[in-house]
Amino acid sequence: MSRSDVLVDADWVQENLDNPKVVVVEVDEDTAAYELNHIRNAVRIDWKQDLQDPVRRDFVDQAGFEALLSKKGIGNDDIVVLYGGNNNWFASYAYWYFKLYGHGDVRLLDGGRKKWELDARELVVEVPERAATDYKAQEQNTAIRAYRDDVVNAIGTLNLVDVRSPDEFAGRLLAPAHLPQEQSQRPGHVPSARNIPWAKNANDDGTFKSDEALKELYSAEGVDLAKDTIAYCRIGERSALTWFVLHELLGQENVKNYDGSWTEYGSLVGVPIALGDN
Amino acid sequence: MAKETIIQGSVTRDGEPVNGYVRLLDEGGEFTAEVPTSATGQFRFFARPGKWTLRALVPGATVDRVVVASQGAQTEVAIAV
Repeated sequence: MSRSDVLVDADWVQENLDNPKVVVVEVDEDTAAYELNHIRNAVRIDWKQDLQDPVRRDFVDQAGFEALLSKKGIGNDDIVVLYGGNNNWFASYAYWYFKLYGHGDVRLLDGGRKKWELDARELVVEVPERAATDYKAQEQNTAIRAYRDDVVNAIGTLNLVDVRSPDEFAGRLLAPAHLPQEQSQRPGHVPSARNIPWAKNANDDGTFKSDEALKELYSAEGVDLAKDTIAYCRIGERSALTWFVLHELLGQENVKNYDGSWTEYGSLVGVPIALGDN
Repeated sequence: MAKETIIQGSVTRDGEPVNGYVRLLDEGGEFTAEVPTSATGQFRFFARPGKWTLRALVPGATVDRVVVASQGAQTEVAIAV
Protein backbone atom coordinates (compact mmCIF):
# COMPACT_ATOMS: atom_id res chain seq x y z
CA MET A 1 0.00 0.00 0.00
CA SER A 2 1.31 3.42 -0.85
CA ARG A 3 0.47 6.93 0.33
CA SER A 4 -1.63 7.67 -2.77
CA ASP A 5 -3.89 4.67 -2.01
CA VAL A 6 -4.98 6.17 1.31
CA LEU A 7 -4.46 9.91 0.98
CA VAL A 8 -5.66 12.28 -1.75
CA ASP A 9 -4.96 15.98 -2.17
CA ALA A 10 -7.47 18.78 -2.71
CA ASP A 11 -6.84 18.85 -6.48
CA TRP A 12 -7.74 15.16 -6.73
CA VAL A 13 -10.99 15.75 -4.84
CA GLN A 14 -11.79 18.79 -6.99
CA GLU A 15 -11.37 16.68 -10.13
CA ASN A 16 -13.59 13.91 -8.75
CA LEU A 17 -16.50 15.94 -7.35
CA ASP A 18 -18.79 14.59 -10.07
CA ASN A 19 -17.31 11.09 -10.23
CA PRO A 20 -20.23 8.78 -9.35
CA LYS A 21 -17.87 6.17 -7.85
CA VAL A 22 -16.39 8.67 -5.40
CA VAL A 23 -18.35 9.60 -2.26
CA VAL A 24 -16.95 12.54 -0.31
CA VAL A 25 -17.96 12.43 3.35
CA GLU A 26 -17.57 15.21 5.92
CA VAL A 27 -17.06 14.16 9.56
CA ASP A 28 -16.63 16.91 12.13
CA GLU A 29 -16.36 17.34 15.84
CA ASP A 30 -18.56 20.39 15.32
CA THR A 31 -21.39 18.53 13.62
CA ALA A 32 -23.06 21.82 12.62
CA ALA A 33 -20.12 22.78 10.37
CA TYR A 34 -21.61 20.77 7.50
CA GLU A 35 -24.86 22.73 7.69
CA LEU A 36 -22.98 25.99 7.26
CA ASN A 37 -21.28 24.72 4.12
CA HIS A 38 -19.34 21.77 2.76
CA ILE A 39 -17.56 20.45 -0.32
CA ARG A 40 -20.01 20.10 -3.20
CA ASN A 41 -21.72 16.68 -3.30
CA ALA A 42 -20.32 15.71 0.09
CA VAL A 43 -22.57 13.83 2.50
CA ARG A 44 -22.30 14.05 6.27
CA ILE A 45 -21.66 11.42 8.90
CA ASP A 46 -22.19 12.56 12.47
CA TRP A 47 -19.50 10.85 14.56
CA LYS A 48 -21.67 10.90 17.67
CA GLN A 49 -25.22 10.33 16.40
CA ASP A 50 -24.31 7.97 13.57
CA LEU A 51 -21.26 6.07 14.81
CA GLN A 52 -21.89 5.53 18.54
CA ASP A 53 -24.26 3.11 20.21
CA PRO A 54 -27.05 5.26 21.70
CA VAL A 55 -26.98 3.45 25.07
CA ARG A 56 -23.70 1.63 25.76
CA ARG A 57 -20.29 3.22 25.34
CA ASP A 58 -19.37 1.44 22.12
CA PHE A 59 -19.68 1.69 18.36
CA VAL A 60 -22.77 0.91 16.34
CA ASP A 61 -22.68 -2.79 15.54
CA GLN A 62 -22.18 -4.36 12.12
CA ALA A 63 -25.90 -4.19 11.26
CA GLY A 64 -26.01 -0.57 12.39
CA PHE A 65 -23.04 0.32 10.21
CA GLU A 66 -24.67 -1.40 7.24
CA ALA A 67 -27.89 0.53 7.79
CA LEU A 68 -26.01 3.82 8.11
CA LEU A 69 -23.99 3.43 4.91
CA SER A 70 -27.00 2.13 2.99
CA LYS A 71 -29.01 5.18 4.05
CA LYS A 72 -26.15 7.53 3.09
CA GLY A 73 -26.03 6.00 -0.38
CA ILE A 74 -22.54 4.53 -0.03
CA GLY A 75 -21.90 1.28 -1.90
CA ASN A 76 -19.31 -1.41 -1.13
CA ASP A 77 -17.42 -0.58 -4.34
CA ASP A 78 -17.41 3.19 -3.86
CA ILE A 79 -14.24 5.14 -3.16
CA VAL A 80 -14.97 6.94 0.11
CA VAL A 81 -13.01 10.15 0.71
CA LEU A 82 -13.25 11.47 4.25
CA TYR A 83 -12.50 14.99 5.41
CA GLY A 84 -13.33 17.22 8.36
CA GLY A 85 -12.30 19.97 10.70
CA ASN A 86 -9.76 19.80 13.53
CA ASN A 87 -7.06 18.67 11.12
CA ASN A 88 -9.08 15.57 10.21
CA TRP A 89 -9.31 14.21 13.79
CA PHE A 90 -12.83 12.89 13.36
CA ALA A 91 -12.33 12.09 9.69
CA SER A 92 -9.38 9.90 10.75
CA TYR A 93 -11.58 8.33 13.39
CA ALA A 94 -14.19 7.58 10.72
CA TYR A 95 -11.45 6.24 8.43
CA TRP A 96 -10.35 3.81 11.13
CA TYR A 97 -14.01 2.90 11.65
CA PHE A 98 -14.53 2.20 7.92
CA LYS A 99 -11.44 -0.06 8.07
CA LEU A 100 -12.75 -1.72 11.22
CA TYR A 101 -15.83 -2.77 9.26
CA GLY A 102 -13.79 -3.71 6.19
CA HIS A 103 -14.60 -1.05 3.59
CA GLY A 104 -12.51 -1.68 0.48
CA ASP A 105 -11.35 1.74 -0.68
CA VAL A 106 -11.35 4.60 1.81
CA ARG A 107 -9.05 7.62 1.69
CA LEU A 108 -8.46 10.86 3.57
CA LEU A 109 -8.40 14.33 2.04
CA ASP A 110 -4.94 15.63 3.02
CA GLY A 111 -5.38 18.70 5.24
CA GLY A 112 -9.13 18.22 5.55
CA ARG A 113 -11.53 21.11 5.73
CA LYS A 114 -8.88 23.57 6.90
CA LYS A 115 -6.65 23.11 3.86
CA TRP A 116 -9.68 23.35 1.58
CA GLU A 117 -10.70 26.63 3.25
CA LEU A 118 -7.18 28.09 3.31
CA ASP A 119 -7.00 27.35 -0.42
CA ALA A 120 -10.24 29.38 -0.72
CA ARG A 121 -11.90 26.50 -2.61
CA GLU A 122 -15.64 26.32 -3.21
CA LEU A 123 -18.01 25.34 -0.37
CA VAL A 124 -21.77 25.02 -0.88
CA VAL A 125 -24.91 24.61 1.25
CA GLU A 126 -26.86 22.27 -1.07
CA VAL A 127 -27.21 18.77 0.33
CA PRO A 128 -26.82 16.07 -2.34
CA GLU A 129 -29.34 13.29 -2.79
CA ARG A 130 -27.92 9.81 -3.14
CA ALA A 131 -29.99 6.71 -3.80
CA ALA A 132 -29.94 4.24 -0.92
CA THR A 133 -27.71 1.18 -1.30
CA ASP A 134 -27.62 -2.28 0.23
CA TYR A 135 -24.29 -2.02 2.02
CA LYS A 136 -22.69 -5.15 3.49
CA ALA A 137 -20.13 -4.65 6.27
CA GLN A 138 -17.64 -7.22 7.50
CA GLU A 139 -17.13 -8.30 11.08
CA GLN A 140 -15.03 -5.88 13.14
CA ASN A 141 -11.32 -6.25 12.45
CA THR A 142 -10.13 -6.20 16.05
CA ALA A 143 -6.50 -6.40 14.89
CA ILE A 144 -6.65 -2.59 14.74
CA ARG A 145 -8.65 -1.99 17.94
CA ALA A 146 -7.12 -2.11 21.44
CA TYR A 147 -9.10 -2.67 24.63
CA ARG A 148 -8.22 -1.64 28.18
CA ASP A 149 -6.61 -4.97 29.09
CA ASP A 150 -4.38 -4.75 26.01
CA VAL A 151 -3.16 -1.40 27.33
CA VAL A 152 -2.52 -2.62 30.87
CA ASN A 153 -0.61 -5.61 29.48
CA ALA A 154 1.43 -3.35 27.18
CA ILE A 155 2.91 -1.29 30.04
CA GLY A 156 6.67 -1.61 29.92
CA THR A 157 6.62 -4.15 27.05
CA LEU A 158 4.97 -2.74 23.90
CA ASN A 159 5.02 0.77 22.45
CA LEU A 160 2.39 2.98 24.01
CA VAL A 161 2.00 6.28 22.18
CA ASP A 162 0.04 9.00 23.98
CA VAL A 163 -0.85 11.54 21.30
CA ARG A 164 -2.41 14.21 23.54
CA SER A 165 -0.84 17.59 24.19
CA PRO A 166 2.06 17.74 26.69
CA ASP A 167 -0.21 19.39 29.29
CA GLU A 168 -2.76 16.59 29.07
CA PHE A 169 0.01 13.97 29.17
CA ALA A 170 1.59 15.50 32.28
CA GLY A 171 -1.77 15.77 34.01
CA ARG A 172 -2.04 19.57 34.01
CA LEU A 173 -5.12 19.56 31.74
CA LEU A 174 -7.88 16.98 31.30
CA ALA A 175 -8.94 17.94 27.77
CA PRO A 176 -7.58 19.87 24.80
CA ALA A 177 -7.22 23.59 25.51
CA HIS A 178 -10.03 24.61 23.15
CA LEU A 179 -12.57 22.55 25.11
CA PRO A 180 -14.04 23.23 28.57
CA GLN A 181 -12.15 21.29 31.27
CA GLU A 182 -15.18 19.50 32.64
CA GLN A 183 -14.00 15.89 32.99
CA SER A 184 -13.73 14.45 36.46
CA GLN A 185 -11.49 11.39 36.03
CA ARG A 186 -7.85 11.25 37.14
CA PRO A 187 -5.26 13.13 35.09
CA GLY A 188 -1.98 11.67 33.86
CA HIS A 189 -0.87 8.97 31.43
CA VAL A 190 -0.25 5.24 31.12
CA PRO A 191 3.18 4.41 32.58
CA SER A 192 5.86 3.84 29.91
CA ALA A 193 3.85 5.71 27.25
CA ARG A 194 5.77 8.10 25.00
CA ASN A 195 4.17 11.50 24.44
CA ILE A 196 4.14 12.21 20.72
CA PRO A 197 1.34 14.73 20.18
CA TRP A 198 -0.73 14.11 17.05
CA ALA A 199 0.14 17.61 15.80
CA LYS A 200 3.74 16.54 15.21
CA ASN A 201 2.43 14.43 12.30
CA ALA A 202 1.04 17.45 10.49
CA ASN A 203 2.02 20.78 9.00
CA ASP A 204 0.30 24.04 10.01
CA ASP A 205 -2.20 23.66 7.15
CA GLY A 206 -3.20 20.21 8.37
CA THR A 207 -1.47 18.18 5.64
CA PHE A 208 0.66 15.24 6.72
CA LYS A 209 4.44 15.47 6.82
CA SER A 210 6.47 13.32 4.43
CA ASP A 211 7.00 9.61 5.15
CA GLU A 212 10.69 10.31 5.84
CA ALA A 213 9.88 13.07 8.35
CA LEU A 214 7.30 10.85 10.04
CA LYS A 215 9.70 7.90 10.37
CA GLU A 216 12.32 10.24 11.80
CA LEU A 217 9.77 11.59 14.31
CA TYR A 218 8.90 8.19 15.75
CA SER A 219 12.44 6.83 15.82
CA ALA A 220 13.75 10.03 17.44
CA GLU A 221 11.10 9.65 20.16
CA GLY A 222 12.26 6.12 20.91
CA VAL A 223 9.41 4.17 19.32
CA ASP A 224 10.74 0.82 18.10
CA LEU A 225 8.46 0.13 15.13
CA ALA A 226 9.48 -3.53 15.16
CA LYS A 227 7.32 -3.89 18.27
CA ASP A 228 3.53 -3.74 18.54
CA THR A 229 2.14 -0.28 19.15
CA ILE A 230 -1.01 1.03 20.83
CA ALA A 231 -1.98 4.67 20.31
CA TYR A 232 -4.40 6.50 22.58
CA CYS A 233 -5.63 10.01 23.37
CA ARG A 234 -8.71 11.21 25.28
CA ILE A 235 -11.58 9.59 23.34
CA GLY A 236 -9.75 7.89 20.45
CA GLU A 237 -10.08 10.40 17.61
CA ARG A 238 -6.67 12.10 17.72
CA SER A 239 -5.07 8.69 18.17
CA ALA A 240 -6.96 7.48 15.09
CA LEU A 241 -4.95 10.11 13.20
CA THR A 242 -1.70 8.69 14.62
CA TRP A 243 -2.94 5.18 13.82
CA PHE A 244 -3.48 6.39 10.24
CA VAL A 245 0.10 7.68 10.10
CA LEU A 246 1.68 4.52 11.49
CA HIS A 247 -0.56 1.87 9.94
CA GLU A 248 -1.61 3.44 6.64
CA LEU A 249 1.13 5.90 5.66
CA LEU A 250 4.14 4.08 7.14
CA GLY A 251 2.68 0.60 6.58
CA GLN A 252 3.25 -0.71 10.11
CA GLU A 253 0.88 -3.67 10.52
CA ASN A 254 1.06 -4.09 14.28
CA VAL A 255 -0.63 -0.85 15.37
CA LYS A 256 -3.90 -0.56 17.28
CA ASN A 257 -6.02 2.39 18.29
CA TYR A 258 -7.35 2.36 21.86
CA ASP A 259 -10.70 4.10 21.46
CA GLY A 260 -11.53 3.90 25.17
CA SER A 261 -8.45 6.09 25.64
CA TRP A 262 -7.90 8.32 28.64
CA THR A 263 -11.58 8.81 29.48
CA GLU A 264 -11.72 5.05 30.13
CA TYR A 265 -8.22 4.37 31.43
CA GLY A 266 -8.20 7.41 33.74
CA SER A 267 -11.42 6.16 35.34
CA LEU A 268 -10.36 2.53 35.94
CA VAL A 269 -9.94 1.41 39.54
CA GLY A 270 -6.50 0.16 40.50
CA VAL A 271 -4.53 0.67 37.29
CA PRO A 272 -1.14 2.42 37.43
CA ILE A 273 -0.98 6.07 36.36
CA ALA A 274 2.06 8.29 35.84
CA LEU A 275 2.14 12.06 36.27
CA GLY A 276 4.58 14.63 34.92
CA ASP A 277 6.33 15.19 31.63
CA ASN A 278 8.21 11.87 31.54
CA MET B 1 -15.46 30.03 35.16
CA ALA B 2 -13.47 32.25 37.52
CA LYS B 3 -10.75 29.62 37.96
CA GLU B 4 -10.25 29.13 34.24
CA THR B 5 -7.50 30.82 32.30
CA ILE B 6 -8.98 32.09 29.06
CA ILE B 7 -7.29 33.53 26.00
CA GLN B 8 -9.74 35.01 23.54
CA GLY B 9 -9.96 37.64 20.86
CA SER B 10 -10.63 38.27 17.22
CA VAL B 11 -8.95 38.10 13.82
CA THR B 12 -9.61 40.94 11.41
CA ARG B 13 -8.40 42.16 8.03
CA ASP B 14 -8.89 45.90 7.36
CA GLY B 15 -11.22 46.00 10.36
CA GLU B 16 -13.47 43.21 9.03
CA PRO B 17 -13.71 39.75 10.66
CA VAL B 18 -11.86 37.00 8.80
CA ASN B 19 -12.74 33.32 8.71
CA GLY B 20 -9.68 31.28 9.45
CA TYR B 21 -7.96 29.38 12.23
CA VAL B 22 -6.04 30.25 15.37
CA ARG B 23 -3.41 27.89 16.77
CA LEU B 24 -2.20 28.02 20.38
CA LEU B 25 1.51 27.18 20.73
CA ASP B 26 3.23 26.72 24.09
CA GLU B 27 6.42 28.40 25.26
CA GLY B 28 8.50 25.81 23.43
CA GLY B 29 6.61 26.49 20.21
CA GLU B 30 4.76 23.16 20.43
CA PHE B 31 1.20 22.97 19.15
CA THR B 32 -1.39 22.88 21.92
CA ALA B 33 -4.76 23.60 20.34
CA GLU B 34 -6.50 25.09 17.35
CA VAL B 35 -9.93 26.61 16.75
CA PRO B 36 -11.68 28.01 13.68
CA THR B 37 -12.70 31.65 14.10
CA SER B 38 -16.42 32.31 14.46
CA ALA B 39 -18.51 34.17 11.87
CA THR B 40 -17.48 37.37 13.66
CA GLY B 41 -13.78 36.44 13.60
CA GLN B 42 -13.61 35.44 17.27
CA PHE B 43 -11.74 32.66 19.06
CA ARG B 44 -11.35 31.34 22.63
CA PHE B 45 -8.98 28.93 24.39
CA PHE B 46 -9.09 27.42 27.86
CA ALA B 47 -5.39 27.46 28.66
CA ARG B 48 -3.23 27.61 31.76
CA PRO B 49 -1.24 30.56 33.06
CA GLY B 50 1.94 31.28 31.13
CA LYS B 51 3.41 32.57 27.91
CA TRP B 52 1.79 31.44 24.67
CA THR B 53 2.00 32.16 20.97
CA LEU B 54 -1.19 32.60 18.97
CA ARG B 55 -0.80 31.82 15.26
CA ALA B 56 -3.61 33.04 12.99
CA LEU B 57 -3.97 31.17 9.67
CA VAL B 58 -6.19 32.77 7.03
CA PRO B 59 -6.20 32.39 3.24
CA GLY B 60 -2.95 33.99 2.09
CA ALA B 61 -1.52 34.99 5.49
CA THR B 62 -0.06 33.67 8.77
CA VAL B 63 0.40 36.02 11.76
CA ASP B 64 1.96 35.23 15.18
CA ARG B 65 1.22 37.07 18.45
CA VAL B 66 2.84 36.36 21.85
CA VAL B 67 0.58 36.64 24.91
CA VAL B 68 0.88 36.07 28.67
CA ALA B 69 -2.17 34.52 30.33
CA SER B 70 -2.84 34.61 34.07
CA GLN B 71 -4.89 32.39 36.36
CA GLY B 72 -8.59 33.20 36.47
CA ALA B 73 -8.28 36.02 33.95
CA GLN B 74 -9.51 36.55 30.42
CA THR B 75 -6.70 37.70 28.15
CA GLU B 76 -8.05 39.61 25.14
CA VAL B 77 -6.04 39.59 21.92
CA ALA B 78 -6.93 41.43 18.71
CA ILE B 79 -5.05 40.07 15.70
CA ALA B 80 -4.95 42.05 12.46
CA VAL B 81 -3.75 40.15 9.39
